[in-house]
Amino acid sequence: MTTTVIPPDSPPSPPPPPATEAKSATRPGDKIFRGLSRGSGILLLVVMASIAAFLTFRAVIAISGNEGNFLTTFEWNPAGKPPVFGIAVLLYGTVISSIIAMVIAVPIAVGIALFISHYAPRKLAAPLAYVVDLLAAVPSIIYGIWGALFLVPYLDGLNSWLDTYFGWTVIFAKTEIGAARNLFTVGILLAIMILPIITSVSREVFLQVPKMNEEAALALGATRWEVIRMSVLPFGRSGVISASMLGLGRALGETMAVATVLSPSFLLSGHLLDAGGGTFAQNIAAKFDEANEYGRDALIASGLVLFILTLLVNGAARLIIARRKEYSGANA
Amino acid sequence: MAKRIDVSGLSAFYGTHKAIDDISMTVEPRSVTAFIGPSGCGKSTFLRTLNRMHEVTPGGRVEGKVLLDDENLYASNVDPVSVRRTVGMVFQRPNPFPTMSIFDNVAAGLRLNGSYKKSELADIVEKSLKGANLWNEVKDRLNKPGSGLSGGQQQRLCIARAIAVEPQVLLMDEPCSALDPISTLAIEDLIGELKERFTIVIVTHNMQQAARVSDRTAFFNLAAVGQPGKLIEIDETERIFSNPSVQATEDYISGRFG
Repeated sequence: MTTTVIPPDSPPSPPPPPATEAKSATRPGDKIFRGLSRGSGILLLVVMASIAAFLTFRAVIAISGNEGNFLTTFEWNPAGKPPVFGIAVLLYGTVISSIIAMVIAVPIAVGIALFISHYAPRKLAAPLAYVVDLLAAVPSIIYGIWGALFLVPYLDGLNSWLDTYFGWTVIFAKTEIGAARNLFTVGILLAIMILPIITSVSREVFLQVPKMNEEAALALGATRWEVIRMSVLPFGRSGVISASMLGLGRALGETMAVATVLSPSFLLSGHLLDAGGGTFAQNIAAKFDEANEYGRDALIASGLVLFILTLLVNGAARLIIARRKEYSGANA
Repeated sequence: MAKRIDVSGLSAFYGTHKAIDDISMTVEPRSVTAFIGPSGCGKSTFLRTLNRMHEVTPGGRVEGKVLLDDENLYASNVDPVSVRRTVGMVFQRPNPFPTMSIFDNVAAGLRLNGSYKKSELADIVEKSLKGANLWNEVKDRLNKPGSGLSGGQQQRLCIARAIAVEPQVLLMDEPCSALDPISTLAIEDLIGELKERFTIVIVTHNMQQAARVSDRTAFFNLAAVGQPGKLIEIDETERIFSNPSVQATEDYISGRFG
């Protein structure tokens, strides 16, 4: 922070500079760059606004023709007479699979990030970080195929184990026989997919913890874990939250991997291990090709809900970060 | 409480670079010892060997002995973490834990060392903040973040945090170099009070400060850039500043180099 102290005897305002001087301050480069950067900013807003306008416009058409309740109907039949469709199953499936993904991925990602930033010897840290980043480069359809052909058969065992020992929790009760093409599997797959983004953003934040913050803890006689708890985690908190939200954004919108693994159905079931369910993105991908004009409007309406959901998640993340700003490391 | 430090034959390295060479000295308990010398002469490095903070730096390594009364800090069975719990440190730039309140900052070291009752904790925090001459300024906002205080207050908060665990020795690495003159004066007054209870070692670039606060002064120097720093002499502060026994000390103090 700099403050300028003006001596009391100085003139109250300096004489206005000659006009020629003000003119020469603007160079062509400045103008062009200002125009470019301003243009990019405006373009971004225009794109966002037009997406929102398009989604809203088509969604209004769809919802005004819907004979069912858009929010509570467990059915997707916009081609029917009368058309009936609702997002309840999709909303549930999207949120549940993303929650499962977050519960699995965030602790593991933070653990890996801490290992890379604070525990691993340097020789190991760099390759490990690279491998984690590589996970992010795998296309989602590959994850989908791997999930369907490898993960699903292997998860059968885990599912029956969960059913046997945790069946009493209802959510892990398996009420029908079949492959593990369920929301739980989708959650696990999504967890693997969002792991790299959460890990690498968290790692960057942990590496940015000022040395003097860590030394403050060390000099008090903190062990390595205590240093992490007292200095690293509090400093990285908001970074980890934003990293998780980035991951959540990907999990909510993931399409191909979910569509490949899940055996979709319009049933809303609390039994996570039973096959069935659906997500917004998966449902759109599965039905868009075959849908008629009105069917597409209906799918777009569900897309609008996903759009709003993502906005809300991001807004919530920003609120959480802002509320703790006074205590964040940023103003140290 | 306050203990004597006996250093013998101590060298410190960064990787293969020797930063300080073969230093031996005695630091008296309940006194202030100041380290002065030109930049890069290794006085901060030496200070950091006294609580085993030097080895935290990647490649940091130490040879020699540091006896705290009769216990060698570098004996193979000594845990560096427990050393740092008995030898406190205050840094150049105030570094309160930014996410903690003023109260929690002072209590941080205590919470590491064991469990205290709430009332006990509150008593120690109050005593420490009073000891650091900060209590009157913060007593109404103990649950506000420490990072909201001014630089001088933050540094006194760090001193309160360090003395809360009742260390044997308090190391200060240029504690006033980031502070304005008034805050500096407050810290210097505080050092004068703290030496009644603690052994204090302070690194400073400010020779007037060394002359004002210390009982004994050690002068460090290096032969050339890239050479290891050495202890030139250590003596009563009065003597060092009036009639030092080594010419280089006099040259440095009178401003002929450095």
